[in-house]
Amino acid sequence: MQKLKRYAASKAGRDTLISFGIVIAAFIVMQSLLAADAVSSLLESLLVPICAYIIMAVSLNLTVGILGELSLGHAGFMSVGAFSGIVAATCLSDMVAFEPLLLAISIVIGGICAAIAGVIIGVPVLRLKGDYLAIVTLAFGEIIKNIINVLYIGLDSAGLHFSLLEQSFTLAEGGEMVINGPMGVSGVSRISTFTSGFVLVLITLLLILNLINSRAGRAIMSVRDNKIAADSIGISTTRYKLMAFVISAAFAGMAGTLYGLNYTTVTATRFDFNTSILILVFVVLGGLGNIWGSIIAATLLTVLPEILREVGDFRMLIYAILLIVMMLFNNSSLKRRILEKRGMRQMEKAERSGKEGA
Amino acid sequence: MSFLSHLINGVSLGSIYAIIALGYTMVYGIAKMLNFAHGDVIMVGGYMSFCATVYLGWPPLAGVALAVIVCTALGIVIERLAYKPLRMAPSLAVLITAIGVSYFLQNAALLIWGSSPKSFTSVVGGSPIALFGGQLTISPVTIVTVVTCVIIMVALTLFTSKSKAGTAMRAVSEDKGAAQLMGINVNTTISLTFAIGSGLAAIAGVLLCSAYPTLMPTTGAMPGIKAFTAAVFGGIGSIPGAFVGGVLLGVIEIFAGAYISTQLSNAIVFAVLIVVLLVKPDGLLGKRVSEKV
Amino acid sequence: MKKSLSMLMAGALLVSALAGCGSNNNAASGNTDSADNGNTSATVFKIGGTAPLTGSAAIYGTAVQNGATLAVEEINALGGDIQFEVIFEDDENNTEKAVSAYNALKDEGIQLSLGAVTSKPAEAISPLHEEDHIFALTPSASSPATIEGNDVVFQMCFSDPNQGLASADYIADQQLGTKIGIIYKSDDVYSTGILEQFKAEAEVKGLEIVAEESFMDGMDTDFSVQLNACRDAGADLLFLPIYYTPASLILTQANQMGYAPGFFGVDGMDGVLAVENFDTTLAEGVMLLTPFNADATDEATVNFVTKYEERYGETPNQFAADAYDCIYAYKQALETAGCTPDMSASELCDAMMETFPTITFEGLTGDGAGITWNTDGAVSKSPKGMVIQNGVYVGMD
Repeated sequence: MQKLKRYAASKAGRDTLISFGIVIAAFIVMQSLLAADAVSSLLESLLVPICAYIIMAVSLNLTVGILGELSLGHAGFMSVGAFSGIVAATCLSDMVAFEPLLLAISIVIGGICAAIAGVIIGVPVLRLKGDYLAIVTLAFGEIIKNIINVLYIGLDSAGLHFSLLEQSFTLAEGGEMVINGPMGVSGVSRISTFTSGFVLVLITLLLILNLINSRAGRAIMSVRDNKIAADSIGISTTRYKLMAFVISAAFAGMAGTLYGLNYTTVTATRFDFNTSILILVFVVLGGLGNIWGSIIAATLLTVLPEILREVGDFRMLIYAILLIVMMLFNNSSLKRRILEKRGMRQMEKAERSGKEGA
Repeated sequence: MSFLSHLINGVSLGSIYAIIALGYTMVYGIAKMLNFAHGDVIMVGGYMSFCATVYLGWPPLAGVALAVIVCTALGIVIERLAYKPLRMAPSLAVLITAIGVSYFLQNAALLIWGSSPKSFTSVVGGSPIALFGGQLTISPVTIVTVVTCVIIMVALTLFTSKSKAGTAMRAVSEDKGAAQLMGINVNTTISLTFAIGSGLAAIAGVLLCSAYPTLMPTTGAMPGIKAFTAAVFGGIGSIPGAFVGGVLLGVIEIFAGAYISTQLSNAIVFAVLIVVLLVKPDGLLGKRVSEKV
Repeated sequence: MKKSLSMLMAGALLVSALAGCGSNNNAASGNTDSADNGNTSATVFKIGGTAPLTGSAAIYGTAVQNGATLAVEEINALGGDIQFEVIFEDDENNTEKAVSAYNALKDEGIQLSLGAVTSKPAEAISPLHEEDHIFALTPSASSPATIEGNDVVFQMCFSDPNQGLASADYIADQQLGTKIGIIYKSDDVYSTGILEQFKAEAEVKGLEIVAEESFMDGMDTDFSVQLNACRDAGADLLFLPIYYTPASLILTQANQMGYAPGFFGVDGMDGVLAVENFDTTLAEGVMLLTPFNADATDEATVNFVTKYEERYGETPNQFAADAYDCIYAYKQALETAGCTPDMSASELCDAMMETFPTITFEGLTGDGAGITWNTDGAVSKSPKGMVIQNGVYVGMD
C-alpha cells in the first residue's frame, strides 16, 4: 500500500494511473451503457475506431512527444498493418475458427509487418533532422499508399500470389483476390470488437508507459532534450531513436489491423496524408509527451465531427474554427492569466513538471 | 519527339510548382513555419479571378489583379489572426493551426462556391503553337507560365538581396531578436513576407487553373503538398532552390509517368526526394546550418 | 507549463464532450422515441441516405441530396397517402464516415434507405443494411459488390459491367472507331468495373485497344502523359469511363495539344456541359451513353429540370435524376405493396424486397421503356446513345 502511495505521488506514477483509470472507467461505463442498450448506434459504431485512434495517437506520441521528431507519415504504418493484418486474417480464417484468437494473430502479424516497415524507413530517415525528417516521413507515407495501391494479392489452393502494377496471375478455381490493387480489399469479415480494442489499448498503454518510465525511455528523452549531451555521455542516440520509431510503427500497425478488420472494405487511399495529420492533431492537442492527453484528444476529436452532424453543411467549417481556437487558446496570454489567478505556487509547480514532461 | 513533348509538359507543370514553392520558401525562411494553408490560398486566388472574369465580366488581367489583391490581404489577415499570437509557441502548435486554417478555407469555399467544379477560362488567349508538322505543340499558357516563373524568381532574388525591406527580411530570418535590436520592425517584416507569399500564390492559382482549368474547393491541396516537397527538395528557405526544386519535380513527375508508370509517378517523385535528402540533407541548394551546443 | 496547459485543455474538452455526448445520445434516443411514437400515428415515411456532402466528391452527394429533396417536396405537396421525409448524412466519400453516417441515420429512425452515393461507402454499409434488415435503393452506387452478398440493397443506376458491355457493343455496332485508347481512373471501382467488362466485350467484338492509360486521385490534373501515349499509339477513339470533372480536363488538354480523336463517354460524362463556364465547343462531337438527358423534351424531364434549375441554380446531372427517380420508385412500390408509415423498417424491408422485382417503373432515367429489377437488386434499363452537337445532346440512333 505504502509503495502504491509513493508510486501515485510520483509524476510518472500519477500519469500511468490516470491513463489506465480513464481507459478502464470509460470501458466500464460504455459496457454498462451497452448492456442497458442506452447507446446510440452512432456512438456504438465509433467505439472500435476510437480504440484504433487512441493507439495511433499514443504511439505517435512516442515519436513526436517522447523522441521529439515530427512524423507526418504515421498513417503509412497503419496502412501496412491494416493490409497485412487483413491478408493474415483471410489466410488463417480456415485454420483458426475462434475469432478473438484469429484477430489476435492478425494483429500481431500486422504489428510485425509495420515494425519491419519502420526499420526500413527509420534507418535512413532518422539521419535527418527537423522539418527535413518530417517531409521524408510524409514522402514515405505517400510511397506506402502508392505501392499498396498497385499491389495485387490473391489466395487460392496453391497459396498466396503477389504481383505489382497489374494482376499477372490467374487464380485457381475457388480462389479469391485479397488485395485488388487500387480497389483495396472488400468483403472482409468484421472480427474487431470493442472488447478486443479495449484490450489492445490496455496492452499499448502498459508497454509504452513502461518504456517511457524505463531506462530506455529516459535515454530516448535525453536524445530529444539534447542530442549532443546524450551522445557525450555515451548514449547511442541512433539506437534509441530507431527503437522509439520502430516501436511506434509496430503499435500503429496493430491499430491498423484493428481498424481494417472493423470494416468490410478498406482502400489504401484511406490512410493518406490527411489521416497522418489527424493523428498528429490528436497528439499536439493532447499535449506532447502526455499519454492520457492523447487518449482524451483522440476520443474527443473522433466524436466531435459526429456531434457536429446536427449543424449540417457548417460541420467541417466549425470543426476547423474550433481547431484554430483551441490552438490559440492553448498558447494565449488569456490562458496564462487564468493560470496566474490560480496562484503563483501552482504555476511554479506546473512549470517544473512541464520541464520534466516536455 | 515525344521526349521533347514530355519535357515541355514537365517544365510547364514544374514552373507552377516553382511559383507556389517560392511562396512556401519565403514564409518558411522568415517565420520558420510550414504554412499548410498556402495551397488553399492558391484556390482562393483561382476563385477570385474566376468570379471577376465570369461574373463581373472584367478583363483577364483585372481578374489577376483582383486575385493578387484579395490573396495578399488574406495572407496578412491569416498571419495576424492565426499565426501571430503563436509567435512564441512551439512550432508544432503553429503547424496544427495552419492545418486548421487550411480546413477552414476549403470548407468556406465549399459553402460559398458550392461543390460543383467550375471551368476556368485561360487568362492567356491564342492557339497552340505547332512545331514539326504538328507533332509538337506548345500551348501559350506554358510559355507564359515559364516566363512568369523566371521573372518572379529573379525579381525575388533581387528584392531580398538589394532592397531595404528585403535585407530586413533576411535579417529577421537570421535572428529575430538581433534584427529587432537593429531597429527592424519584425512584425511588419513578417506581414510583408506573408503578403508577398500569398500574392505569389494568387498568381500561381491563376496559372494553375489556366493550364488545368478545373476549379474546386480542393484544387489547391495536392499542388500545395507537391510544392512543399519541391521547396524542401531545393533546400527550404532558398529562393533559387525553390525554383530548381519545382521545375525538377515537375519534370520527374511527367517522365516517371511517361516512361515508368502513371500509377507510380507520385511514389517515384517522393523516392527521388528521399534519395536527394539522404545525399544532401539540406536540399539541393540549401544552406548547411551547424548545430549549436 | 505544458502539463498544466494540457490538463486545463483536457478538462475543458472533457466537459464539453460529455455534454456533447450526452446531447448526442439524447438527441438520438429522442429521435428514436419520436419515431416510435410516430409509428403509431405516423404520416410520413422516413428515408435516409449517406452522401459525400463535403470533400472532393461533394458534387455527387449534393446532386443526389437535391434531386431526392425535390422529389419529396413534390410528392408531399400533392398531399397523397404517401408522404416522405428525407434525411442525408455526410460520409465524405470515406468508408469509416459512411458507417457512422449510416448509424446516425439509424438513430434518427429511418425506415427506408437510399444507401450511399458512391461505391466504396456503399460496399461498407451494404452488410449493415442486411444485418439491420433495412431496405436500400441506392441512386448511384454502381459497383456489383454493392448488391452482392445481400438481399436488401437494390440499385437505381446501371451496374458498371453492364455499361462496359453496352459501350463496347455500341462502338462496334456503330463502327465509331478502329483503334481505341482508354483513359481510366484506377482507384475508382466505377471506372475499373466498366473497363474490365469493356475489354472483355471488345475482344469478342474484335475492337482493337491500342492504349490503356490510367490516373488516380490526387494525380488528376495533368493528363499530358496519358494523351501523348494514346496519340503515339494512333488511337482514333478515346473511351473515357470516368466522371465529367477529369473528362473536361482531358478534353481541354487534348485540344491544347492539337489532338482530336473521337471521344466516347459513359453516364459519368453526363454533366460535362453543365460545368460552369465550360467551353462547350470542346465537347463537340463527344459521344456518351447515359440514362438521363437534361435536354430531353418529354414533360417529366422538362418539369424536373426547370424546377431543379429554379431551386438550385444549376442543371441537374444524372445523379440528381437517379435520386429523384429513387423517391418516385419508392412511392410506386409502397403504393403497390400497400404499405403504411406505421410499419417498422423490417416489415417495410420485407415488403420492398418482394415488391421491387415485380414492378415496372417509369422514370426520368428509363427511356420510356420502363425500369425493372431482378431479385438480386440489379436494375434493367436501357442507356441512351447521345452525341453532343452545338452544345446540346442529340440522340445518336
